Amino acid sequence: MVLDDPGLKHGAASPQARSDAPWQHDKNKDELEHIGKPIRKVDARSKVSGLTQYADDLTMPRMLHMKLLRSTMAHAELAHIDTSKAAEVPGVKGILTGKDMPMPFGILPVSQDEHALCPDHVRFVGDPIVAIAATEEEIAWDACRLVEVDYRELRTIGGVHEAAANEEPRLHDYGVRGNIHRLENLEFGDLADGFERADHIREDTFWFEGNTHLPLEQHASLAHFDKDGKLTIWSSTQTPHYLHRALARVLHPLPANRIRVIATPHGGGFGGKSDPFNHEICAAKMSMLTGRPVKVVLTREEVFWCHRGRHPVLMRSKIGVSKTGRITALDFHSFLDGGAYGSYGTASTFYTGALQTVTYAVENYHFRGARFFTNKAPCGPKRGHGTVQPRFALEVQLDKVACDLGIDPAKLRLDNLAPRESVTANYLRIGSMGLGACIEKVVEGSGWHERRGKKEVTKDGRIRGLGLACSSYLSGAGLPIYWNGMPHSGVQLQLDRSGLCTVFCGSTDIGQGSDSVLGWIVGEVLGINPLDIKVVTGDTDLTPVDLGSYSSRVTVMTGNAAMQAAERAREIVAKGVAKKIEVPASRLVFAEGRVFDAEDPETGMTFMEAVGIAEAQLGTIGTVGSYTPPKSAAKFRGGGVGPSPSYSYSATVVEVEVDPETGIYRVPKVWMAHDIGRALNPAIAMGQIEGSIYMGLGEAMMEEMAYRDRSHKGQRIFLHKIPSMLEYKSPSTLEMPDCVTYMIEDPDKNGPFGAKEVGQGPLLPIMPAVANAVFDAVDVRVDENPISCEKVFAAIQAKNEGKDARFGPALDATGIPDVDFGESLRIKTPWQGGDGTASNAPSRTKKAKK
Amino acid sequence: MLRLPKFAYHTPKDAVEAVRIAKQYGKEAMYVAGGTDLYPNMKRRHQTPQQVISLRDVPELHSMEVLPDGRLQIGAMVTLTTLEHYPHLLAHYKGFAHAVREISTPLLRNMGTIGGNLLLDTRCTYYDQSHEWRESIDYCMKKDGAICWVAPGSPRCWAVQSSDTVPVVCAMEAEIEFADEGGLRTLKADDLYQDDGIQYLTKKPEELLTKITLPAPGNWKASYLKLRRRDTYDFPVLGVGACLWFAEDGTIEKANVRLGGIGSYAMPATATEKLLVGKKLTDELIADAGAAAMKPARTMDNTDLDVYWRKKVAPIYVARALKACL
Ligand SMILES: Cc1cc2nc3c(=O)[nH]c(=O)nc-3n(C[C@H](O)[C@H](O)[C@H](O)COP(=O)(O)OP(=O)(O)OC[C@H]3O[C@@H](n4cnc5c(N)ncnc54)[C@H](O)[C@@H]3O)c2cc1C
Ligand code: SF4
Repeated sequence: MVLDDPGLKHGAASPQARSDAPWQHDKNKDELEHIGKPIRKVDARSKVSGLTQYADDLTMPRMLHMKLLRSTMAHAELAHIDTSKAAEVPGVKGILTGKDMPMPFGILPVSQDEHALCPDHVRFVGDPIVAIAATEEEIAWDACRLVEVDYRELRTIGGVHEAAANEEPRLHDYGVRGNIHRLENLEFGDLADGFERADHIREDTFWFEGNTHLPLEQHASLAHFDKDGKLTIWSSTQTPHYLHRALARVLHPLPANRIRVIATPHGGGFGGKSDPFNHEICAAKMSMLTGRPVKVVLTREEVFWCHRGRHPVLMRSKIGVSKTGRITALDFHSFLDGGAYGSYGTASTFYTGALQTVTYAVENYHFRGARFFTNKAPCGPKRGHGTVQPRFALEVQLDKVACDLGIDPAKLRLDNLAPRESVTANYLRIGSMGLGACIEKVVEGSGWHERRGKKEVTKDGRIRGLGLACSSYLSGAGLPIYWNGMPHSGVQLQLDRSGLCTVFCGSTDIGQGSDSVLGWIVGEVLGINPLDIKVVTGDTDLTPVDLGSYSSRVTVMTGNAAMQAAERAREIVAKGVAKKIEVPASRLVFAEGRVFDAEDPETGMTFMEAVGIAEAQLGTIGTVGSYTPPKSAAKFRGGGVGPSPSYSYSATVVEVEVDPETGIYRVPKVWMAHDIGRALNPAIAMGQIEGSIYMGLGEAMMEEMAYRDRSHKGQRIFLHKIPSMLEYKSPSTLEMPDCVTYMIEDPDKNGPFGAKEVGQGPLLPIMPAVANAVFDAVDVRVDENPISCEKVFAAIQAKNEGKDARFGPALDATGIPDVDFGESLRIKTPWQGGDGTASNAPSRTKKAKK
Repeated sequence: MLRLPKFAYHTPKDAVEAVRIAKQYGKEAMYVAGGTDLYPNMKRRHQTPQQVISLRDVPELHSMEVLPDGRLQIGAMVTLTTLEHYPHLLAHYKGFAHAVREISTPLLRNMGTIGGNLLLDTRCTYYDQSHEWRESIDYCMKKDGAICWVAPGSPRCWAVQSSDTVPVVCAMEAEIEFADEGGLRTLKADDLYQDDGIQYLTKKPEELLTKITLPAPGNWKASYLKLRRRDTYDFPVLGVGACLWFAEDGTIEKANVRLGGIGSYAMPATATEKLLVGKKLTDELIADAGAAAMKPARTMDNTDLDVYWRKKVAPIYVARALKACL
């Protein structure tokens, strides 16, 4: 690991930006005490010693076990459901069907299209129909087998092309038209002019297959509706606040203030536990029905059905560049296979067009995105949400551009860097920007200039190649999921005479260490050991609202809120101490568990005594802090997705060794540099970077949500091909390469102590870097992800036969569906004198017939 | 996947008792060695024995010895971990030792036995699925259903032989010993298997596998090469077992090449074998012999990785396996 200041040439922080930055909060302290130190996580020892209680570890007296009966058909109407035989099974205590929970729900207010149990229409194999609770799990499972479901088959919509071609049958009766869920068409600047001024234009098509989160912990929940009429649910959720809202909606008239959601410690989320789920709502309802605690633990197959993972996306990208490689215009299309429900899909669609502009300055930019409903497990947010697929396309395309123009791909990127402290064509506000320093680090570390294009051959006949790619990611979405003017994050702090300091926050630690972040920040401000601080999170009864663990928002948002609460607490304590020792409060230092006079460090007291003094003088001590992101510069419709308090940057070089006979390749080494703003804890941050490399390599080399598509007795069989840990291929520790990690610290004024995100960004450049490295080794392009050995082999064969040395979707209608995007919303860029509003108001594309 | 169904667990103290219990319960009974194949199958309800006969306490199955004539005899219950660290094996049976090491993970090899590996159930991506998944496709012929999804017109099951040691022990012409009420009998490894995904073994259910005997080291060399996506716990989608017998001057006197992972048994690559006999192993011959394996490599869409690609790389793998016999 190397900690580094950004290079001066590219993206150096101006001294101006540094001096008014909030991390210098304590003028009396020479240096930071805890921030930036590799201290262990607050929950580390319980976790590694196996004492942490996950949702599946919880039991209660008289607890029932619930199982869901799920659809065996991809698309059907439910003519009749007969549960009478199941009801007779001894041990069965409760049965629910769609009739019992008629209120639809969904994570986004614009797509309330799910039911806790499907009342009359199933949309994928795995859609739940009946819930049964029994005294034993096996009994519930056996009883499910006795339920008779009379399906009326509907035509299956198997993917983007089928959805574009078939308006009927519709999966949902809302959306744009037919099976199109969303259509977006945003034009920034003057595209025609941009292409006119280009010296070189190229157009490429790309396909990114869907993949899933594969958390080790299967989803589990325990619900208990007590005799006082209050409901508590413990669940492995990343978003207790949103689950709370969904429960209140579906369980109406049960008031929200009688519902308590407790997020249990996580065994992996990655975005897969960010939606409210059927099983959670059913467990709650079942407990209300039976008056007994109800537990549900999903099987591995059910976790695949819940999915909400990476959207499969077809992309078409046309780019115009000057002779020197400067981007003059970018015209980008994306076609998303959304699966059966809306989920976060509206946001996902926008994200496929949002962040292209924050890495490289794009003068004129046109984005068109379409999302379709299909009969697959619903897609949603997975690490890098929606920005991963277009990043793959853009970074591979830039590699091709560099190749076309004979420019070094690293230089091409350095020459195009988006400026720091600037506003992009699509009105995203960039703050600190260390991408240039990132590129320079990995170029130097990997020996890029010396080793690229050399086609070294290994002892076993494999050819080496190096590939480079970059990326950026948000440090939290600028807007909440439902429209409201309240803070995104709230923190409450309690101090008392025992020296105890407790932090309460609605955030959820999904393994990334967000509980620890709260401890470190509060510890730093109050000068106390972070491991002495109690952190209480993710409990809607006890903790102030935080929107949840998604979009890499937690460190920046809860961190800022915690900092505010801690600073307020420090002020109160300082006031008490100042009076007592007769020193101005401004001269007091909070450090090493003491409060003392900066000019005479011997004069002072322990933190515990200090709190006691303040408590005696001012009464019980409690403070709050909250955080709302800065207002966005974008004022056009659709401008709500993409803005963020700050953007992280990453650059990577991946080395591959390709067997030219078979297409099999391995990845022996990866260099990754990440601009994190400031590493609050370098050890934990590095864990996130390495975890991203690991997950990215899985996506690049093998992971895919493949479907079986067959017919049988005149019926189409369409279901996930391999929903198991053995056959859904994901890398093991053996495939994990040697990683060289560099952290670039370019502090951002919007982050606590200058911190930006690290949990998702470093995943993004891996896939395109692998594709580019394969090209460097064997001169073939794989324009599809995963870049599997079969595809590399096919491209090598094509090359050997004198055909286009490429594997990927065709540019014609067989590759890219024909979709009418309607008129674009036109927005002038800042350099055209735009103000963030649209200059036209196209009538919305023709409405669907009902 | 579900939890294990309920079953009775027997712990016989010798082979005779084990066979007696098996005979007594007939179809209801199955032996269990390491359980790494059987228990997952039971959790998916592929196999649902009500009587499970553990072989752990049968001492004669745990032995391993070099016979006076130099052959190596390995008891059925010897674990794969024991084998992979056995110096005699590493010194004289490199191909076989390599196959053992390629089986799954260290954890599974700690439990898994050689006997269990030789009798491993055939695999198929339509079959190795949870009960609910199979319910959605209305099952298949191998269990609970009527048709074969891989070859719908076919009257048989094409599930694939997926053990790593089987292709190489067949190529080496190892011998396998069984016990039943009538006493002991020995089969040539090839004769234990047949080309049917359901009835993939020729042995009777109650027959107990007691030993496998590897030929004495001599003028032969064996190799094993495995194709799979991940070099950790993936099953083979192609396993080439090759064994060549050489004359003094290096001429190949006999050649056995077996392909695992593509048919229901370790399929002989006959054309490849024919090409090799009577010649010396040159680079050119290796390439030709590899190419001759294209035809028998009739890959089907019931394992991981693309069918077409697997067929294309089979000759390359055969050639590389032969090269390893040099
Ligand atoms: C995740 C995973 C990955 C795997 N990967 C591989 C792989 O890469 N390669 C590979 O070859 N295998 C693999 N396996 C399969 C298995 O682990 C091994 O084949 C192992 O050697 C089986 O041995 P066992 O002792 O556990 O067999 P068991 O499960 O105990 O038995 C297997 C079968 O043999 C029968 N049986 C066992 N012993 C006797 C006997 N002495 N007489 C008569 N019948 C008997 C049982 O009734 C059962 O039908 C994998 C398994 C898993 C779960
Ligand atoms: S080969 Fe056919 S019958 Fe055999 S397991 Fe596969 S689908 Fe079933």
